[in-house]
Amino acid sequence: MEFSELIRTGQAQAELLRGPEMPPLRGTLCVTGHHLLLSPGPQATPDLWLLLLRSVDSIEKRVAGDAGTITLRCKDLRVLQLDIEGVEATLDIARSIEALSSLESVITSFPFFYRPKGLRLGEAWHFHPPERYYKRIARETRAWRLSEANEDFSLCPSYPRAVIVPRAVDDDALARSARFRQGGRFPVLSYYHAPRGTVLLRSSQPLTGRQKLRCAEDEELLRAVLAEARPGARGFIVDTRSAQAAKQARMTGGGTEAKAAYPGWKRLHRPLERGRPLQESFVRLMEACGDPEQSMDRWLSRLDGCRWLSHVKEALSTACLAAQGMEWEGACILVHGAEGTDSTLLVTSLAQLILDPLSRTMAGFQELIEREWIQAGHPFQLRCAHSAFSHTRPKHEAPIFLLFLDCVWQLGRQFPLSLEFGEGMLLALFDHSYASPFGTFLCNSEKERCLCEVRTRTHSLWSGLNQPKEQRKLRNPLYVPNPLAIWPSVEPQSLRLWQGLFLRWTHPPEPSEVAWEKVWQIATDQKTEGSQPTDSASEPQP
Amino acid sequence: MEHIRTTKVEQVKLLDRFSTSNKSLTGTLYLTATHLLFIDSHQKETWILHHHIALVEKLALTTSGCPLVIQCKNFRTVHFIVPRERDCHDIYNSLLQLSKQAKYEDLYAFSYNPKQNDSERLRGWQLVDLAEEYKRMGVPNSNWQLSDANRDYKAAICRCSQPLSGFSARCLEDEHLLQAISKANPANRYMYVMDTRPRHRMQSWWATQKDIGRIILNAMANRAAGKGYENEDNYSNIRFQFVGIENIHVMRSSLQKLLEVNGTKGLSVSDFYSGLENAGWLRHIKAVMDAAIFLAKAIMVENASVLVHCSDGWDRTSQVCSLGSLLLDPYYRTIRGFMVLIEKDWISFGHKYSERCGHLDGDPKEVSPVFTQFLECVWHLTEQFPQAFEFNEAFLLQIHEHIHSCQFGNFIGNCQKEREELKLKEKTYSLWPFLLDDQEKYVNPLYSSTSQKPAVLEPNTVAFHFKFWRNMYHQFDRTLHPRQSVFNIIMNMNEQNKQLQKDVKDLESQIKQHKNKQTDGVLTKELLNSVRPESPALKTSLCLKEQTLLPVNDALRTIEGSNPADNRYSEYADEFSKAEPAVVSSEYGVARMTC
Repeated sequence: MEFSELIRTGQAQAELLRGPEMPPLRGTLCVTGHHLLLSPGPQATPDLWLLLLRSVDSIEKRVAGDAGTITLRCKDLRVLQLDIEGVEATLDIARSIEALSSLESVITSFPFFYRPKGLRLGEAWHFHPPERYYKRIARETRAWRLSEANEDFSLCPSYPRAVIVPRAVDDDALARSARFRQGGRFPVLSYYHAPRGTVLLRSSQPLTGRQKLRCAEDEELLRAVLAEARPGARGFIVDTRSAQAAKQARMTGGGTEAKAAYPGWKRLHRPLERGRPLQESFVRLMEACGDPEQSMDRWLSRLDGCRWLSHVKEALSTACLAAQGMEWEGACILVHGAEGTDSTLLVTSLAQLILDPLSRTMAGFQELIEREWIQAGHPFQLRCAHSAFSHTRPKHEAPIFLLFLDCVWQLGRQFPLSLEFGEGMLLALFDHSYASPFGTFLCNSEKERCLCEVRTRTHSLWSGLNQPKEQRKLRNPLYVPNPLAIWPSVEPQSLRLWQGLFLRWTHPPEPSEVAWEKVWQIATDQKTEGSQPTDSASEPQP
Repeated sequence: MEHIRTTKVEQVKLLDRFSTSNKSLTGTLYLTATHLLFIDSHQKETWILHHHIALVEKLALTTSGCPLVIQCKNFRTVHFIVPRERDCHDIYNSLLQLSKQAKYEDLYAFSYNPKQNDSERLRGWQLVDLAEEYKRMGVPNSNWQLSDANRDYKAAICRCSQPLSGFSARCLEDEHLLQAISKANPANRYMYVMDTRPRHRMQSWWATQKDIGRIILNAMANRAAGKGYENEDNYSNIRFQFVGIENIHVMRSSLQKLLEVNGTKGLSVSDFYSGLENAGWLRHIKAVMDAAIFLAKAIMVENASVLVHCSDGWDRTSQVCSLGSLLLDPYYRTIRGFMVLIEKDWISFGHKYSERCGHLDGDPKEVSPVFTQFLECVWHLTEQFPQAFEFNEAFLLQIHEHIHSCQFGNFIGNCQKEREELKLKEKTYSLWPFLLDDQEKYVNPLYSSTSQKPAVLEPNTVAFHFKFWRNMYHQFDRTLHPRQSVFNIIMNMNEQNKQLQKDVKDLESQIKQHKNKQTDGVLTKELLNSVRPESPALKTSLCLKEQTLLPVNDALRTIEGSNPADNRYSEYADEFSKAEPAVVSSEYGVARMTC
């Protein structure tokens, strides 16, 4: 397929409105295979305005007289308005954007063409997160091993090639357990909590079905987990569905672990919203955020009605439950819902942030996302196909990853000194997970990424973000390593709407941004002054 | 002391207010002449000033003892369980007496003695001087003489009560005074009159004044009582503006509703937001803010003088005038300026502190959180303009604390006249010098007087910007607060930066001295020694991690590295022990082994 077939017009004169705080931009508008360009014209200004077409979520066109208006709602929640000269040009441009922004082919997407200066292909990819993580825990315990049973993705298409499993369980048993779990997602280690010698596992639901089937190898696997942890250790299965929903899942072949079959394990049900209801929550929240004229009462009622903050609270408290089971009860925790690719990952990754100081560093957080989201098979391509503005009926979209980022933001608000990364990092991750010139969030699983050769043909987001010039935006200047667990308050009074994200474009928090600069200045003064006493104007060290 | 029967009760339990599993601390309760004190088994002290008690309730006897619930005006709520009913009854009765004094002379301020002599006390009262303030504002000048009004710039903010115009009454002198105010502003020929009451309450009245419009009972009553507002026909060059701020009774019940919501155990997010909406509290805050912005804009943009009034001129008018001043004049955003503002627009203009705060046993219908709302509006401004204010949130909370504490004389009484009759300046102390002594606790480390390019603040009042003020209404509910404070760490960094800069200067001057002495500039041993490998400043930087450098006066400002025991989800611990599969397990007994 050629992009040129989809591009219906060469160029047009247009004016771009970018929100209340930004001046309008006039120039020549042009559609290319991956971008919408606005060139301010022959005058000396070299500033080219550029929009990745992939980031367009919805497009609206209106024509009146001999001019037209296109409203673009972007996946990063920006709303742009283009006033274009000429009716034909408007319609052509609109059609071109529509066609190009909804292309589904991965290998023709922009990351496969993006070749930024200063970065080398193949750089900064986390090639072997499970292997690296295994090295870390192998220093603490011998109870676990790295299995390459999934080398060819035959056991589980959504797992990486290597996974960490109990040493006592061999690859054949894993294969059997995989057949007993939805999508082959047998229980694997997610996090080893060294201070207590307990573990966090994740999987998908067991396929017990109507007949209440069992699987000896699956049962043995979980028994081995407890036996290795400590004699008499207990385990908890945190099921992210309600007891009712878990029971109903049997009708469609799923189900949940029978108590009698898994001695030592107890189930706790913590229903978390996922799928369409979560997507709708996001859509309704953005509708509410798009209306600055509404009264106080209306705003509060819509904030309540969209239930987004309830989801934040539920996700955080479930993660706290899991973390507490490990830290306080000395218990092993297995988390799963149905597929084990969404709310399961939300809970396991948040629990790690709460317990593990390393995951709160810049490098550790990137590794966490790589290991617990990307490699763990969160289907980014399906979940982030559309953001809050799309008119198309949602199929697989759900802002689970956004919910994770929001929870991390809440942690950061309550522990402002304990995360090495700042809000800027979370915003960047949100933007890139929905549309990005980098390849990191492409595809739905490791298997797909291998097929598309994402690692060798696209640049890693981490290499982009870890450039020194990006760091000031992404880091938290107040970071002080905190070796303790960070237990957040999950009361409604302690949770806040993440304005920096949901109101980012409509209400630029200008005064606080200036204050942020001041915080940076104070913090960097602090670090540089001691070493360079006479040079007070010294630049902060990155 | 005649009200105190029991001074000490042991084995008292203090319940966690939000715990659904009745988590508690055990300790000893002491009753003193001024405070109720609880010391728990970890020797942590909880002091409750009698004047802070808004409500004390004795609940029905339970198996573990007699519950005593105390709600305070600073939004502390404590729930004790006293083992013996008799003790509980004694304390209950004592607190009823002690928390509601009949006369001013029994208030704490008249017995509070911070060990200062008379001249120190007097100097304290003179710290904030209004005559000085009017001089600062540049009045009297050729257009204004020192009288009962208050003004800024060329245009002025003036205030009064509602005119007693009734059906058709006019007052020529009043009209002339307004003319004079209008003329005193050479920059604009018209002036605004702002009525801070909701228009719907006045509009029907207005209609009847103009022509035959419908007569509503409320308006009729108001008019029949001889009240109303200025008739535009009678006052030339006047533009009217209504801003809808509800009256003190609406505000009181709104706060009541708010407190009911946030005091709920196991509150869900949904209940919280629907409760917030139903209480209407944030709507009222927004209304006050909108009014202040209108005022500031009229003065800044149109250069028009504004006369503000409500019914009596000491509640809503004080809110709007003081907030308006805060928006317009950076001076009021300093620590000292804010004290002056409160003295000027609140105390001297007769905000009825004693009635509104219920200092004495009086009419509960006169109690209303008018000043609390003002402080909350200021807090919202500090949130939107983090660098514009010299003071921080702790300063606002501390002032709020003392509005009700009756420990200092500033807020006692209902007007200047009453205050003079009470001889407050002779018999009590002023709060301000004590706050100034503790200034470092109240400084906003991000404050920058130079960054305020337009000196006038233009806050955004779209609904998104109004948030629940957790640190006020949950001031004492430590578990709801962030566990680490940015404020403290920035303060510490600032302090250390200053110290380091000072060290640098000292060392540089020493180097200079030595260079003068020794032309070859070789560092002497003495100088080398003076470069302390571990200067005090560097030592303090180690303390950063402990985050305990600043003296913090209350749990609110303390920081937890992390304490899981504080969180209500720790109650899940119970779930771990009693966790049973929700689906009966026996049905799995028959499950076949397959696969």
